[in-house]
Amino acid sequence: MAETSDLPVGDEPVLAVGDLVKTFTEGKARKGGVVRAVGGVSFAIEQGSMFTLLGPSGCGKTTTLRCIAGLEQPDSGHIAVRGTTFFSSEDRINVQANERGLGMVFQSYAIWPHMNVFQNVAFPLQVADRKQKMSRTEIREKVERVLSVVQLGELVDRQATDLSGGQQQRLALARALVMEPPLLLLDEPLSNLDAKLREEMRFELKDLQRRLGITAIYVTHDQVEALAMSNTVAVMNAGKIEQVGRPRQIYETPSSLFVADFIGTSNFFPGRVTAEEPGDTFLVETSAGTLYANSSAPYSKGDPVTVAVRPEQVAIEKGTFPARAGVWNGQVTNRAFLGESVDHVVAVGGIEIRCRCNPSISIPPGSDVTITFNEREATLLPADG
Amino acid sequence: MAQASAQVAVPFLRRVSLRRIFSGRNLTITVVIAIITYMAVIPVGYLVWGTFWNGQSLTLEFFRSAYSTVGLTPMVVNSLIFAAGSTALAVPLGTLLAYLVVRTDLRFKGLMFAASLVPLIIPGILHTVSWIFLASPNIGIYNRLIFDRVPFLPKFDIFSLQGMILVEGLHLTPLIFLLMVAAFRSMDPSLEESALMSGAKLPTIMRRVTLPLVRPALYASILIMAIRALEAFEVPALLGIPSGIWVFTSRIWSALKGFPAEYGQAGAYAMSLLLITSVGVYLHTRMSRRGKRFQTVTGKGFRPHPIQLGRWKVPAQLFLMAYFLIAVTMPVLVLLYVSTQPFYSVPSLESISNSSLENYRYTFDNPQALRALRNSFALGIGSATAVMLVTAVASWIVVRTKARGRWLVDNVATVPLVIPGLVMGVALLFVYLRAPVPIFGTIWILFIAYFTRYMPYGMRYSSASMYQIGGELEESAQICGASWWKTFRKVNLPLLVPGLIAGWIYIVMVSVRELSSSILLYTPGNEVLSVIIWEQWENGQFTELAALGVVMVVALVALVAVAKKLGARVGVKEG
Ligand SMILES: Nc1ncnc2c1ncn2[C@@H]1O[C@H](COP(=O)(O)OP(=O)(O)OP(=O)(O)O)[C@@H](O)[C@H]1O
Ligand SMILES: [Mg+2]
Repeated sequence: MAETSDLPVGDEPVLAVGDLVKTFTEGKARKGGVVRAVGGVSFAIEQGSMFTLLGPSGCGKTTTLRCIAGLEQPDSGHIAVRGTTFFSSEDRINVQANERGLGMVFQSYAIWPHMNVFQNVAFPLQVADRKQKMSRTEIREKVERVLSVVQLGELVDRQATDLSGGQQQRLALARALVMEPPLLLLDEPLSNLDAKLREEMRFELKDLQRRLGITAIYVTHDQVEALAMSNTVAVMNAGKIEQVGRPRQIYETPSSLFVADFIGTSNFFPGRVTAEEPGDTFLVETSAGTLYANSSAPYSKGDPVTVAVRPEQVAIEKGTFPARAGVWNGQVTNRAFLGESVDHVVAVGGIEIRCRCNPSISIPPGSDVTITFNEREATLLPADG
Repeated sequence: MAQASAQVAVPFLRRVSLRRIFSGRNLTITVVIAIITYMAVIPVGYLVWGTFWNGQSLTLEFFRSAYSTVGLTPMVVNSLIFAAGSTALAVPLGTLLAYLVVRTDLRFKGLMFAASLVPLIIPGILHTVSWIFLASPNIGIYNRLIFDRVPFLPKFDIFSLQGMILVEGLHLTPLIFLLMVAAFRSMDPSLEESALMSGAKLPTIMRRVTLPLVRPALYASILIMAIRALEAFEVPALLGIPSGIWVFTSRIWSALKGFPAEYGQAGAYAMSLLLITSVGVYLHTRMSRRGKRFQTVTGKGFRPHPIQLGRWKVPAQLFLMAYFLIAVTMPVLVLLYVSTQPFYSVPSLESISNSSLENYRYTFDNPQALRALRNSFALGIGSATAVMLVTAVASWIVVRTKARGRWLVDNVATVPLVIPGLVMGVALLFVYLRAPVPIFGTIWILFIAYFTRYMPYGMRYSSASMYQIGGELEESAQICGASWWKTFRKVNLPLLVPGLIAGWIYIVMVSVRELSSSILLYTPGNEVLSVIIWEQWENGQFTELAALGVVMVVALVALVAVAKKLGARVGVKEG
């Protein structure tokens, strides 16, 4: 997945967003009721890649997307698509939404209920400027082509309201794609589908995006969706981007407490750096014991830190072995069978540690165990997040 | 606990089953159904009877004389042009204003909601009189100050079909505004935004997406507007009669106020009007029922994402302000101005220096006006209370019981909706001039008129709030062994009260302004406010009229304020 978007360096990005700020006034503006929905966001998207904005509810994902779409006017910042400036607070440029030529799929799909499938998809072509206006047959051809791409070819004349959820979703996609936009904006397009269909559509959407080489920006609060579909993930928190990277990078080396906590499950150990080892590795002392953790950022002896360890990076073994750095003794307090794995909760000196292992290992609560941390997979984070 | 009492209750109920027939519950139901049926059915029945029965045999003579004296065609044509014209003015205007307020980034939107209270608190007769002060060809402020001074500009004559359309249309625009606001609010804004993203321009979006989506509400607005204009009395009477432009309602009025009064003729006109409005109301109910089935917009709250008007913003803002100035500010100001004058004159430095509160002193020293004030509020409060009590029980029957034919109660209670006020007046004259009930000549005939006219609104408010409370609440109270009456009082009533108060206040307000039934039914000594204003207009007491009008409006505003304080949401519940 990561390979497909490894484009040559220096290529002009399809979308460049710089220092985007958007505030809303809530109620009485004079009384300071200002919501900073987006607080200085910058990122760039390469040709043909799927860029995901991931974050908890209310962190400003939708607002960022709407600013790019032109549906919301940012307070300040810079937005350019393929080198054309759409918004710039400095140069006082603000291209209207209907002149940006971007495709967008709304969370509610926004299928027009008074039109049929054909009319819904043909609309963007019909309202095009006189210069680019196409003939009826051209429009017909184009609509049919895009409908067959999203596998709705059979349903051209169906009333839009008679479609199922998944079909409506594809219709919304077809409508956004029919103009062949340079950039596709997707706001939680799968969140209205039921779990099974969502999984199906996830792969279908990804496949379509890759096949047609579409550049897309995808908004979601579902980390599984984000990790599975994107080339690049940007994790947002409270109007700011916390980390940008390949899905694997984000998962394995979160750069902040927030990211580590938000993506997947992690064990967190507050502690202090006691020694610096070669290879970006540090020895950390915690209240439960010492362990090694990695970070490319510089830390010195005595710095307060937090170590994040994924449950699957903790091995568990029955019996007591001598404790040392990365090997701790404890007692199983809880056990949960999750189907593909078994979770054990182990108490070590008042701290509870979650370990995830193969279902072949199952240790009853109350047993004495030894846990071993995978040295290379523990991440060192600044203490305050 | 509950189980034990239920076990006791069952054999007990079985033992007294005979007595249950005369229980509080059945007695109340029977009385309420009887009242509703009597109120709704008797007037229409008598109207039909009196129109086709000349004392000896069935006859069409009244129709013949009604339509031969005036000639059918001009009156019907005028009525239709008047209705169509004011619809054509109010519906686009109200829709545009609603769109601007709900869907765009315009400022001062609060003005429009203030304006939307105008038809509720400024009675039609005052509004019409204000417009005469503003735009009559001789004394009108606009003509004297603007049209007369600009060369080549013709005078604007309010006493014309155009003038009638303008005044009626502007008076009812806020009604359309409120209906369309509700429609635009329930529309998912992303439906428009996706059109915007498709590259469409604002006018294209309006034409191809927005308007088609609110089409059901638009049709409903057109019908309501047309019906209201056909029923309107004040504008045709004050502006139409002087210029010889007759419509149904003014004809009914003149048939009854001539000497001798032509009851049969009035009945014939009334029947024709009733027929037209019934068709309208029938179409409207059918459409709104179908509209519900096709509803794709849900009631869920959407975050308002106002569309940026861009370069349209300034013109749109000016348009909104101009509407507010012309339709609200000027009529109110002119009324205030006239109320301070010793005699009517176009505003000038001199006239303004002559202003005094003399007319208000006159009003409060005038025993007739004071009596009318008392009558109006007593009638308003009395009929509102009676309507809400009766309809609360009636809507309970419709919503909560499984009684056979309960839908009939709803339908019967809604019948008066199709009866224009003037027709109601005629019908009640028919009933109580002939029936041996000594009501005619007392204030009670007005009470009956108001009760009947506003029963449908009461029914709307009550059943809306009745639908809001789940049946389980009531059932659980019953399982606890509470009697039916106790259940209704302890469980239903407290939950219903907010909706009932809203309905009550609405009915008080519309009763206090009522003119078209009252004008036919009052007798000397039983005048109400609107009738006094009417009489003062006929006597040429313009300035006293203005003062009394201001007093009336202030009283109504106070009522709205009380309603707001009580948290009641008084809105328009149409059809
Ligand atoms: N029109 C608005 N007026 C006022 N505040 C707003 C408006 N739109 C968004 N906000 C606020 O801005 C913040 C970010 O909102 P946004 O819709 O971008 O969140 P989100 O990340 O998309 O969340 P979700 O996952 O729930 O969709 C929230 O605190 C929200 O309440
Ligand atoms: Mg969102």
